[in-house]
Amino acid sequence: MTQKQNLPPKIRVRGLSKSFGRKAVLQGLDLELHQGDSLVIIGGSGSGKSVLLKCMLGLLHPDAGNIEIDGTPADRLIHREREEGRAKIGMLFQNAALFDSLNVWRNVSFGLMQSKGTSARESREIAIAKLASVGLAADVAELYPAELSGGMRKRVGLARAIATEPEILFIDEPTAGLDPIMGHAIDELIVACVEKLGATALTITHDMASARRISKRMAMLYEGKLIWDGPTRTIERSGNPYVDQFINGRPDGPIQGNLAGVD
Amino acid sequence: MGALRSLGRTFLAFLAAVGRLIVFALEALYRTVRPPYYLSHVGRQTIEIGYYSLPVVGLTAIFTGMVLALQSYTGFARFSAESAIPQVVVVTITRELGPVLAGLMVAGRVAAAMAAEIGTMRVTEQIDALTTLYTDPFKYLVAPRLIAGTLVMPVLVLVADIIGVFGGFLVSVYKLGFNGASFLQNTVNALMTQDVVSGLVKAAVFGFIVTLMGCYHGYNSRGGAQGVGKATTNAVVSASILLLCFNYFITELFFAR
Ligand SMILES: Nc1ncnc2c1ncn2[C@@H]1O[C@H](COP(=O)(O)OP(=O)(O)OP(=O)(O)O)[C@@H](O)[C@H]1O
Ligand SMILES: [Mg+2]
Repeated sequence: MTQKQNLPPKIRVRGLSKSFGRKAVLQGLDLELHQGDSLVIIGGSGSGKSVLLKCMLGLLHPDAGNIEIDGTPADRLIHREREEGRAKIGMLFQNAALFDSLNVWRNVSFGLMQSKGTSARESREIAIAKLASVGLAADVAELYPAELSGGMRKRVGLARAIATEPEILFIDEPTAGLDPIMGHAIDELIVACVEKLGATALTITHDMASARRISKRMAMLYEGKLIWDGPTRTIERSGNPYVDQFINGRPDGPIQGNLAGVD
Repeated sequence: MGALRSLGRTFLAFLAAVGRLIVFALEALYRTVRPPYYLSHVGRQTIEIGYYSLPVVGLTAIFTGMVLALQSYTGFARFSAESAIPQVVVVTITRELGPVLAGLMVAGRVAAAMAAEIGTMRVTEQIDALTTLYTDPFKYLVAPRLIAGTLVMPVLVLVADIIGVFGGFLVSVYKLGFNGASFLQNTVNALMTQDVVSGLVKAAVFGFIVTLMGCYHGYNSRGGAQGVGKATTNAVVSASILLLCFNYFITELFFAR
């Protein structure tokens, strides 16, 4: 840990703010992630977790603050990477966001074919290997996303996110909409993938059981800021009334009805 | 006072929308000419826009040519000018009705389909996913459609011209008792290069407008299925109106001296 602290952080977010109209979603958020960290950010529905990830991916432009990934501003990174054909960030979207018009193996190998120009035959083989590593059989490869169940889509989305062997993995709601057993299986896959890739992972969720399984470190997003940040095993003793209420799911406490706290 | 204010606000919103559209068009053009190029997508879109529009455009053209001959006949008979029918048919079809009607039909078919497809990709985050997988959505989605639309529309209009004149020929010869050979001779004599060229230039511009509106509304759609539905309607309506506007200005460019 001490050695890691001396390295520059993999991801550094400073004073990130983002509003939609008059609605302030992120309000000066700070975050640092080091190589190999696996952080889970928890927070209520609508608290801005997906917005945070989209800012980090350069898909949304923050109103203020900056995001650096390996010292490069995030919004520039996405273009530079594309030009260099370098695979750095993998993203699993909340609803998997598979390409409807492509079959499963073309979805999984899409990033490879685009960034490295891998041939179709080789891509298909790699895709089938990646599918196997998320527990899907080879015959799924020819199906189209519309023919998959929610859990299968999540797995395919994960296979697509890890296909380019990214250094950083962003995961939005790994277990949302899945049954507890499937959710558990996806969590284990994520942990295995992160370990195998040695990747830095940032997962966001409001599923506490899932968060505990995936993370080494947890943070809570509330009213546009991270109000608590620490090792997962200490979250029960956070001493923060907001965190306490959230992890125990109590209806009464400092967080009132509207979890987003804004509006 | 309130009415004035809301009028002003509407006008400003309109200007902002035009500005956004122009920015989108320029950005699309800029990224279209820079590599990588997705040629297989251009091919697929060419088939989608060109080949699959043939039946619709062909039917539109043949009935338009037919009705044109019939109307001209009943109208011109009053001035004993029936012999002008071949000229009227060929000039009207090549200059105006061929490109405009083909453009409107393609707007209904293609702009709607594009707005729905790209709009669905937007609201299901597939466009965001493209970006995270090293792919520029403009080059992958928008550019092939713009290229295919601009290139294939003139071909489609050329086909429409031929079928339209053929429709006029059918009615003139089999219903109005014209001599087939002299109808064709008159048609050829009346045909000027400029008529056809202006029609094809219109076609290319219309192809660009229709695909641009499909892509623009799809790309900027918001908020689920309802948003996609709105994008589809807006794409067809705005493509049709813009097409008719540009039709006037191109005509003025070619023929107003
Ligand atoms: N493109 C957008 N335009 C306008 N408002 C937006 C947009 N994206 C997000 N928001 C708003 O930002 C807030 C945070 O949204 P976000 O999707 O980040 O929530 P979340 O924390 O991911 O919630 P969930 O756990 O339900 O996924 C919401 O109130 C939402 O209405
Ligand atoms: Mg979310």
